[in-house]
Amino acid sequence: MEPESSRAERKSNKRLVTMLVAMVFFMSGFSFALVPLYDIFCEITGLNGKTADGPVAVKQNIDPDRTVKVQFIANMNSAESWKFKPDVFEMEVHPGKLEETLFYAENMADVNKVARAVPSVVPGQAARYFHKTECFCFSEQAFEPREGKNMPLRFMVDPELPEKIKTISLSYTFFELDRVAVK
Amino acid sequence: MSEAVAHDIHDDHGHGPEKGLMRWVYTTNHKDIGTLYLLFSLAMFIFGGAMAMIIRAELFQPGMQLVDPHFFNQMTTMHALIMVFGAVMPAFVGLANWLIPMMIGAPDMALPRMNNWSFWILPFAFALMSATLFMEGGAPAAGWTMYAPLVLQTGDAFPFLIFAIHLLGISSVMGAINIIATIMNMRAPGMTLMKMPLFVWTWFITAYLLIAVMPVFAGAVTMLLTDKFFGTAFFSAAGGGDPVLYQHIFWFFGHPEVYIMILPAFGIISAIIPTFARKPLFGYSSMVYATASIAFLSFVVWAHHMFTVGMPLAGELFFMYATMMIAVPTGVKIFNWVSTMWKGAMTFETPMLFALAFVVLFTIGGFSGLMLAITPVDFQYHDTYFVVAHFHYVLVTGAVYSIIAAAYYWMPKWTGHMYNETAGKIHFWWSTISVNVLFFPQHFLGLAGMPRRIPDYSVQFADWNMVSSIGGFAFGLAQIYFCWIVYKTIKGGEKATDQVWEGATGLEFENLPSPVPYHSFTTAPQIR
Repeated sequence: MEPESSRAERKSNKRLVTMLVAMVFFMSGFSFALVPLYDIFCEITGLNGKTADGPVAVKQNIDPDRTVKVQFIANMNSAESWKFKPDVFEMEVHPGKLEETLFYAENMADVNKVARAVPSVVPGQAARYFHKTECFCFSEQAFEPREGKNMPLRFMVDPELPEKIKTISLSYTFFELDRVAVK
Repeated sequence: MSEAVAHDIHDDHGHGPEKGLMRWVYTTNHKDIGTLYLLFSLAMFIFGGAMAMIIRAELFQPGMQLVDPHFFNQMTTMHALIMVFGAVMPAFVGLANWLIPMMIGAPDMALPRMNNWSFWILPFAFALMSATLFMEGGAPAAGWTMYAPLVLQTGDAFPFLIFAIHLLGISSVMGAINIIATIMNMRAPGMTLMKMPLFVWTWFITAYLLIAVMPVFAGAVTMLLTDKFFGTAFFSAAGGGDPVLYQHIFWFFGHPEVYIMILPAFGIISAIIPTFARKPLFGYSSMVYATASIAFLSFVVWAHHMFTVGMPLAGELFFMYATMMIAVPTGVKIFNWVSTMWKGAMTFETPMLFALAFVVLFTIGGFSGLMLAITPVDFQYHDTYFVVAHFHYVLVTGAVYSIIAAAYYWMPKWTGHMYNETAGKIHFWWSTISVNVLFFPQHFLGLAGMPRRIPDYSVQFADWNMVSSIGGFAFGLAQIYFCWIVYKTIKGGEKATDQVWEGATGLEFENLPSPVPYHSFTTAPQIR
């Protein structure tokens, strides 16, 4: 049974419903737009301590009067058949000076493995003042069975780093890639 | 009034429902669809309630006795999904179908065929979801919030869960579009927006919330699906994604969702209290504005569900203050209800009892919500039974109580029969005592540090858990009793008058007979 409705009413139903359906599509799009928006938001606020995904060009501009403590942390996402640790656990660095350190990873299984290190900086606000010119975290790392290797990290703390930050902790979590969908 | 009634009865001659089962499959009548929604919701309420009984039975004593932990996790997850999407939301849509056309003087919903479709998607969605209980790896067990990466470990149930949610979303969005179209285009002449009953207003705002957030939820679960099966890395840190992003997207949907489950309840309470206080609602327009402000604020508070993920201080402060601000419009509503009762000639029939219990117990849930909003203490309360107590106070003694109150209040209008008042009062006291025995001790358990979603606990939590379980079984039984009351009322009982309640106002009570004829307001009433 159709309700008694004038033609004008049906027409306005059609317009209204079209608008509402458009809202639905807009909000579906918005949910996917949240993904890049979140990255931008994190970059601005330093949320999650995300650092840049690739190498950045830096100019050395050493500030010899200031030292910042940089701590290195290495974690495995799952504690299976891997060794992963920083060469040194802590460094005193001058902002503006390019520094280098090593991380050691070893595949203790008898099969080939691919892994990737994901960095995170604490405090989060320090993330955009922590520049890396070379990092093993920029790409996937392939390991032969039982292979161990030293992986370099070259970084510089920006002289613009806010005064109140005295210590930066750089943490790497090592993910074995065949466990996630990335092939 | 009598003229209008007689006119409608005359008109109704020979236009009754079809006979047989196919009536319910093909129906486009808003009353039939409302009934389908309500009965479906009652069935899901019992189904989800049975899972809660399993949870409380396992928690009756410390140690593992009845079910294995994985099955326990399936029960907590499925209980929540079924109660949120199968019981509470369809019940409100059912009430909307029954009541909105009658309240605004419309003959039916604006889009009756789509209405049929939005209901009939639901049984299929829940068939998909419930089928997972029998699958390899069991039903979803990662919590109803489906946090990545844990939910990605779900077995064969995973795609079924996602598609069930997609279907539920489509159903809700179609229902919401229909409600908005009905309210915008089908009001009787003279029914201006600010004359609409509050139930219509609250549903109007709720429908916009649904349209705004259900697509976001659909997007979030689609990302989970592609992360699991198609190699994307939205929420996988190894691929450059971020698991915390999932929580942000989920709660951007999830917080408005909890208001979707409570705003129509506010509308119901705003209809019942004036009737039994025999006074018009105090502060009608402030009620409308308060509802709109709550809806608006619901979009800017989502991160209070995730204070412990590691947020900048500024973020924590913002979400704390924004959350607390919601107490202002909610307080306006509570005070308006109390003011409506002030110096009213009150009587305490069952719907009024449930409405009063709503006001008191929902306020308790609101207060524990304010406690949770305080960021520094939330670090202690997070994921404890305090949270469980909080949201059960707002959802069981809030949303569910309002639905039960609505059932008692409008059932005489729908069926033409009064329910048994003594039985209703027994149901009320039985439920209200047991629900407090069930959930109040959970505040203590949570403050003492008992984590939620864990099948076992340390012995110091044993006493209150046993008390809570006893309350749980009693509350569950009371709802079986409610089903019996509903059945008896549909089958027969004292004849209801057209106005049903002495103080009842509104088109459905003043312009229509009880029971309401199959087609009502085929000629639009004139609103004074």
